[in-house]
Amino acid sequence: MSQSVVKEFTKGLWTEIPPFRLVLGLCPILAVTKSVENSIGMGLACVFVFVFSNFLVSLLRNIIPSKVRIAGYIIIIATFVTVVELVMQAYTYPLFLKLGIFIPLIVVNCIALGRAEAFACKNPPLASIADGLGMGIGYTISLCVVGALRESLGNGTLLGHQVFGPDFQPFRFMLEAPGAFICLGLVLCIMNLFGKK
Amino acid sequence: MGDYILLAISCILINNILLAQFLGNCPFLGTSKKMETAVGMGMAVVFVIVLAGIITWATELYLLKPLNIEFLRTLSFILIVASLVQFVEMFLKKSIPALYTGLGIFLPLITTNCAVLGVCLINIKEEYTFLEMVVSSFSYSVGYGFALILFAGIRERIILARVPKPLQDTSIGLVTAGMIALCFFAFKGMV
Repeated sequence: MSQSVVKEFTKGLWTEIPPFRLVLGLCPILAVTKSVENSIGMGLACVFVFVFSNFLVSLLRNIIPSKVRIAGYIIIIATFVTVVELVMQAYTYPLFLKLGIFIPLIVVNCIALGRAEAFACKNPPLASIADGLGMGIGYTISLCVVGALRESLGNGTLLGHQVFGPDFQPFRFMLEAPGAFICLGLVLCIMNLFGKK
Repeated sequence: MGDYILLAISCILINNILLAQFLGNCPFLGTSKKMETAVGMGMAVVFVIVLAGIITWATELYLLKPLNIEFLRTLSFILIVASLVQFVEMFLKKSIPALYTGLGIFLPLITTNCAVLGVCLINIKEEYTFLEMVVSSFSYSVGYGFALILFAGIRERIILARVPKPLQDTSIGLVTAGMIALCFFAFKGMV
């Protein structure tokens, strides 16, 4: 039992790490990765939503009729997203403003719905929590990798600290929209180089 | 009148929902392998975004604001979008079968297209009037369809090219999208 829970957790960190292995949830990874700080904030918000929505879906998996299950999942996810939204508005207001509409948009993040449909509705609560946690942390890692690349090359900083010394000419392109697409495409290419397993 | 034209241009080209605001990327990469599917998806998106924009705007103004329950915005909007998509699907199936066969399979996909919810939320955030809201919803969705069709055209050619193995599929798709975004970037400063 405990072994399988560990396995559900770790698969989200490498073998099925979103969004590189599962190509889901691309919009936030393009939009909020201008700095590592934003990435971490977005990642943690996602961890919270994935874990709790997975847990609740798993608890209610025998109660929700299969015909209206998608609507049910969406309501569950939307509830937790609202919680995150209000908490962030209260305690981390500057970050809340920076992430903007991407916090409410976690509702339509395909990972949340995808995990509910593919995993949580068939598995017991504990495994579902592990799955949600793994996926959430894996997603946070991906966000941070792309965020670190874009912030360090585009601005010469990392979490606000200078990394390349004073003579570095920032590569502004990375902070703009086209840079986000190309950066993510190349990271995906590097991930493919390491093979599927 | 001039204001509306400016708003439309800025929504279609400068703040393109897909390439500048990064909304709706999953279906963008998923349905852009063939021209036909891209056109179908683009049309379905225009249809649903305009309808959803009007309904969510009215909900915000006449339901959420007077009752002071704006914190339920996310929940109510996603329910509206989901049920609207279902409703549109049933309606088209019954009354306009020709259009239904055209849009059919793309309609259910739209529920999780973040561009729909995104446009609705942007309309509320910018505090648009009714007419501005209609213009912006329409232009954003046209911009989405436009980018999707452009991208599908390029992607049909990429199949013929020899792409290095690790770059294949999504990876080259994202790099191509970056190139198109670069072209759209040139419109910045136009308005």
